[in-house]
Amino acid sequence: MWKFSIRRIMIMIPQVILLSIIVFMLAKMMPGDALTGLIDPNVDPNTIAEKREELGLNDPWYEQYTRWVAGVFTGDLGQSFHFKMPVSELVWQRIVNSFWLSLLTLVLTYLIAIPLGITSGRYNDSWADRLITGYTYIGFAAPLFIFALVMLWIFGFHLGWFPTGGSVKPGLTPGTFEYVMSKLYHMLLPALSMALITTVSTVQYLRSEIIDTKQKDFILTARAKGASESRVYNRHILRNSLLPIAAFFGYEITGLIGGSIFIENIFGYPGMGQLFLNSILLRDYSVVTSLVLLFGILTILGTLLSDIILSLVDPRIRIK
Amino acid sequence: MSEPILKIDNLRTSFRIKDDYYPAVDGVSLTVNKNELLAIVGESGCGKSALAFSIMNLHSRAKIEGNINFKGQNIVNLPTSKLNKLRGKDMGMIFQDPLTALNPLMIIGEQIGEILLIHGTNSAEKRKERVLELLNKVGIPRPEHVFNQFPHELSGGMRQRVVIAMAIANNPELLIADEPTTALDVTIQSQILDLIKELKEESGAGVILITHDLGVVAEMADRVAVMYAGQIVEIADVYTLFENPLHPYTRSLLNSVPTANEEQSTLHVIQGVVPALQNLPREGCRFGARIPWIADSAHEKNPQLHEVSPGHFVRCTCYKDFHFPDRDKEGNRHVVS
Repeated sequence: MWKFSIRRIMIMIPQVILLSIIVFMLAKMMPGDALTGLIDPNVDPNTIAEKREELGLNDPWYEQYTRWVAGVFTGDLGQSFHFKMPVSELVWQRIVNSFWLSLLTLVLTYLIAIPLGITSGRYNDSWADRLITGYTYIGFAAPLFIFALVMLWIFGFHLGWFPTGGSVKPGLTPGTFEYVMSKLYHMLLPALSMALITTVSTVQYLRSEIIDTKQKDFILTARAKGASESRVYNRHILRNSLLPIAAFFGYEITGLIGGSIFIENIFGYPGMGQLFLNSILLRDYSVVTSLVLLFGILTILGTLLSDIILSLVDPRIRIK
Repeated sequence: MSEPILKIDNLRTSFRIKDDYYPAVDGVSLTVNKNELLAIVGESGCGKSALAFSIMNLHSRAKIEGNINFKGQNIVNLPTSKLNKLRGKDMGMIFQDPLTALNPLMIIGEQIGEILLIHGTNSAEKRKERVLELLNKVGIPRPEHVFNQFPHELSGGMRQRVVIAMAIANNPELLIADEPTTALDVTIQSQILDLIKELKEESGAGVILITHDLGVVAEMADRVAVMYAGQIVEIADVYTLFENPLHPYTRSLLNSVPTANEEQSTLHVIQGVVPALQNLPREGCRFGARIPWIADSAHEKNPQLHEVSPGHFVRCTCYKDFHFPDRDKEGNRHVVS
């Protein structure tokens, strides 16, 4: 398995190089740069031209690209023009925020999906199943940004149970118990809103897997052994049904860092998704290119992780 | 030979199609004795497997009526908790397709061990000991190694041996083998059949062997029941059945087997197919439609089983007038001589 993983990581190298070139070129092709629009219009155009020259923005793209790549390797992702701080530092703050929010979302997603999926699959075509599939259809049909707004309006503004923005109450010292609780409190509503919508595909997935596994021959074998209904479900049906979900887990983990553009913007939560959208709007290229490159690498890693997880849980797939 | 361990009386197993129930097993009565191998033959769709599954109540949605007497109680519609004490302990089942009958995520040792665990062998050491003993018994080489293997690492024949090991793990009194060799290639078939026969001789269990292979029947069975369209049409001991088959269906089946010294170029083919469950005629001789050259008057209105000689039963009176169509001059041909 180590050999396989290393080979996969080796294949990643040309993929990442190609990705970085495309990302860099696309960013350069976007109209305008950091010196357009945000600069005081009274500044002498010659000064701006000088500044461009000084920042190397007039150099051919490959020179700029090599400079950028060299920086990436030394951990220097450049300066954010907007936030006036190193990109690496900026991204790190946001990653931490997004990570905790996404982790909570993921936990809630599975907490909802597994019991609902099992109930729905085990007692298919019962009233409970109809209720659950009804919910999944609504979940599929409702756009996340509408649903999140409704949640924000009801629980944030109308009932006032949850804060409506930010990631922590201002004025608390990091590391204290109160600080952690405040963070959790701020995350709860966005995480729940997202989990309630994203969980429906997992519920459906689990349901159909269980219904499928129920009809397999080895379930008859288990029944013929005299296994009780709970044993048949826990030992035979459930484990076989969870395989595809375990495989999907690899992608989910990389999603932890990516954050959610919709949720973070609606709830004003300072995470990666919000940073990404703002950077595009502000033409903050050094941030945009770094983020796209990061997301790209994460996606490639996610597929690798999924393969490894699947080979661990399914003995039929043993990577040599 | 005469101590019955299973007595089935007027069993009806019906499946629901749209809004009505249609019986796939329609009034079957059978007994299986200790140390006896009863073969049930018939073509696809005649209700053989439905009958076998009814005995262990493995149908997920079926209406089962009638009586199945096993170990002094009627096990039809017994609550699952009580039935589970019998399944896997006093009755074992060998399935048709060993490739799908094993859980792909469990090692062999664990799968066989599970049946011991369910029926009260709590010590893991004792279970392992017994599993290795069973693997040895069913002729698996290197049991220690196979114990830790997953089903996909074994060949079809080996997997069927595992399935058999599982079925006999608790020394059942009744063993049901549902087409145990259909999914295997011919060289493995005879090994598996020999194994089943050997285990039967050794344990004295009653065995129900479901098959459509008349060669297998001739070699293995003590008694044979021929099923057609959910009913038993003829039942006799194996010698009588092959020497003196009476029912038109039995004779047609036997006549459809190619023999080595075949002189005539075409093989006898039974016209038509078994009608679908919902189209099955519920009165008159069910086989009548497939032997249209026999006059209607030869059939009984409500065909019953008639005892023609001790232990030899035939359904309907049409056997008396039955003959093969003209082009088949040889009449019936025997598989074993």
